[in-house]
Amino acid sequence: MAWVNAIIQGVLTGGLYALFACGLSLMFGVMKVVNLAHGDLAVVAGYLAVFVITVLHVPTLWSFVIVVPVMALGGYGLQRTVIQRALDRGVLTTLMVTFGLSVVIENFLLQFFTANTRGIGANLALVQDSFSLGSQIQVAYLLVVIFAVAVVVLLGLQYFLSASKYGRLIRAVADDKEAAQLAGADYRHVFGIAAALALGTVALAGIAYGMYSTLDPTAGTDTILLFAFAAVVIGGLGSLWGTLVGGIVLGVAQQIGAQINISDEVLAGYIVFLAVLVLRPQGLTSRRSQA
Amino acid sequence: MSLATRAAVEPTADFRVTRSRRNVAWTGAGALIIVAVLAYFPYVVYSGTTTILVQAFIVLTLASMWNLMAGYAGLVSVGQQAFVGLGAYFVLFFALHGTSPFAALPVAAIGCGVIALPLWWLLSRLRSGYFAIATWVLAATIMLIIERFSSLGSGTGMPLPGFAELSPVLLTAYTYWAALAVTVLAMAGVYLLLRSRLGLVLTAIRDDETAARSSGARVGLARLTVFVVAGIGCGAAGAVLAISQLQVQPSAVFDVGWTAEMAFATIIGGLGTIEGPIIGTAVYMVLQQTLQSYNAWYLIIFGVVAMVVALFARRGLWGLVDDRLNVRLFPVGYYLRTPNGNGRQANRSG
Amino acid sequence: MTAAADGARPENGTPLLEVSDLVVHHGQLRALDEISFRVFPGEVYAIIGANGAGKSTLLRTIAGLHQPTAGSVRFDGADVTALRPERRARAGIVLVPEGRRLFGSLTVLENLQVGATYARQGPWTTERVYEMFEWMRDRRGQRTAQLSGGEQQAVAISRALLANPRVLLLDELSLGLAPVVVQRIYGMLPQIVATGLTVLLVEQDVSQALQVASHIHCLLEGRTTLEGRPADVTADQVEAAYFGLAGARVGEQGSGGAEQSGSESESSWPG
Repeated sequence: MAWVNAIIQGVLTGGLYALFACGLSLMFGVMKVVNLAHGDLAVVAGYLAVFVITVLHVPTLWSFVIVVPVMALGGYGLQRTVIQRALDRGVLTTLMVTFGLSVVIENFLLQFFTANTRGIGANLALVQDSFSLGSQIQVAYLLVVIFAVAVVVLLGLQYFLSASKYGRLIRAVADDKEAAQLAGADYRHVFGIAAALALGTVALAGIAYGMYSTLDPTAGTDTILLFAFAAVVIGGLGSLWGTLVGGIVLGVAQQIGAQINISDEVLAGYIVFLAVLVLRPQGLTSRRSQA
Repeated sequence: MSLATRAAVEPTADFRVTRSRRNVAWTGAGALIIVAVLAYFPYVVYSGTTTILVQAFIVLTLASMWNLMAGYAGLVSVGQQAFVGLGAYFVLFFALHGTSPFAALPVAAIGCGVIALPLWWLLSRLRSGYFAIATWVLAATIMLIIERFSSLGSGTGMPLPGFAELSPVLLTAYTYWAALAVTVLAMAGVYLLLRSRLGLVLTAIRDDETAARSSGARVGLARLTVFVVAGIGCGAAGAVLAISQLQVQPSAVFDVGWTAEMAFATIIGGLGTIEGPIIGTAVYMVLQQTLQSYNAWYLIIFGVVAMVVALFARRGLWGLVDDRLNVRLFPVGYYLRTPNGNGRQANRSG
Repeated sequence: MTAAADGARPENGTPLLEVSDLVVHHGQLRALDEISFRVFPGEVYAIIGANGAGKSTLLRTIAGLHQPTAGSVRFDGADVTALRPERRARAGIVLVPEGRRLFGSLTVLENLQVGATYARQGPWTTERVYEMFEWMRDRRGQRTAQLSGGEQQAVAISRALLANPRVLLLDELSLGLAPVVVQRIYGMLPQIVATGLTVLLVEQDVSQALQVASHIHCLLEGRTTLEGRPADVTADQVEAAYFGLAGARVGEQGSGGAEQSGSESESSWPG
């Protein structure tokens, strides 16, 4: 029974990981950018929510209404200024610059928020309560809600990409940005839109993480970035739904690891990630044969 | 007349290809003098200064390694802290079994080089973004694995034994000399590697990887060598770290901050130049000493400066100097000497 | 053939596209060496030349994908040399690039839709495209990778047409396609020009170019070797200009025939 519980927990956590991962996948798919500051930006969103809730007295569950658009706008700005310039210099520069950004953000947060952890909505019933399935399985409401949000976000992204004008432009620019220019599209602007989308989802991920766990300055890299990337790699690059599959596999692997040895939860996830990298770098759902 | 026409018209015996320009003799002598002076320090300066210098040597070694990987082989690793930690734990392991930590240092370095081989097998096919994250995951994984060993102190770490017979003065001096030796060997190693045939391949990769591959150069072997050498270098630095701190804590030795420091130092000083890490380390030490009472600020400023340099002054501070003065302290390129005496650099190598 | 069937040019008219003393480098290589020419509305202007002559570079520079080292590009009187490629496309200079360059993960219809995103006002609509290429209507939901080379070329051209350009740049349409297919596609040109477009095309297949063009301009190693109307040049002249044989001399821009020294052959190229 404990194993069933583990699997259910793992699957639901997969929703959270998918939320972590879809922004990363979008940026990598469109711009070929591995944003090493991805996780830290989620933590920034989390802290922003904390600020909005405690200082501006916005009700907890409405904090995302402010934080998500702010982060999306910030994402557009970050892309057009810093990341585009790094992209023009090359892949290595982009990695170095996003790494630098990650370190700067973390230390900045450390300076202003100290290493103490913060939570979001710890007093809410939604966050605290759970329901029972049978006699031995406890499922937290929050996890179910986060899973549902992740599915909605993925559906929304998929619809946007397939049916809207900018969604088409984003896919076109991802295929061939020069040909897109010849069709009149300014790819820098399109990249900016993609980054705005990515950071919007990142904001949701950060807030969700703040509710599910606690925020601390290094959570961005310790937890979020590596799990996000693991979900992307396991699920397959270029596939939005793959991030959900990847997230679920990661979550289940972690829970099974925890069953074997409680302190091995994170380690189990890493090992699965490394295994997939070695054996099938294109992931589990990708159709391509080369990463 | 172009050089080609002159070569056709004038006797070719007058054209010579040399490895270096006039100034290398001065650099060689200068380097020896500096090393000798540095080696004398423990006799004349306070232990506070030597401690700071030990830290500088560690960062300089690490930066030279990161420069070798990112600046010459195109490998951006954000997981080098894995080797720093492994080096430290190697020393701890041997010290716990009765060896002197100083004697364990070279073993730790070699050990890290050996471990680098299977790690390379995991990483070699990965492209830049994947490679970077994979190194980070590997580092995190290695730390988690090591933390399982209570004999090594688990998650809290433990003090480093084996110094009981040494007086504090001698300990400081030996630590200092060990750090100096590691740095000198690391930089000499990098210099010699880049002067070798393999070094030519690396410089080619630095300039244009696709061209290097298509010319048949042994790109794969070059990268493997670089990864292993960097593993050895970072491992040695980690060993020195353990010795200088007299204890080994996983969160300290496996801290990604090490990669941040070596990366920023390299970027600011000048990626792809041997002189760069020296300048970058100097900048780092200045920042760290001035701002150390302000906690995380030095890393913030260091990081911002590194980002700005990466975006606007690609070749770093040394690149700016080099462009103006056309100076090369550690020449690894080839020069064509024409009969009228000016060594004109045949290609923008080294 | 074309609107200005005899290729006669207005004495005082404004050229739609004017390239002046264009110098373009690829790194250290001088790909184009002081190229100048003018294209008037309604013309089909063909740039011919062997591989590496600089033809594609010329088209890409006009489209804005390369920056010239010297010289200028003027469009409808205005200097566009510094304009980004997407701005030129929106202004009416649309390039169908070499190799088609369709968006691989998009369907045929989506490719067309992207082309129409920043379209100017004009006669070209999806309906009109389907009238020209009947098969496209039924297969608009397919991925472009499943189309044949000729079909892909049709989609690429349609994508450009849907932007309602004023001058359509065609880069090596015939590459990789069977001669029959090439003929069919070039056969569409009159239809296209009839809607008010001007065409500037690059073509390695000289006979094909001479059949459709109102003016030809031959490049060799980045320099102009011949320029004029097909009716005014002989096969030998073209051959000499194309291959750079002895006796070929730089042609002069004029409203009449082409200049060429060397022996005159009896037959003129069919106009």
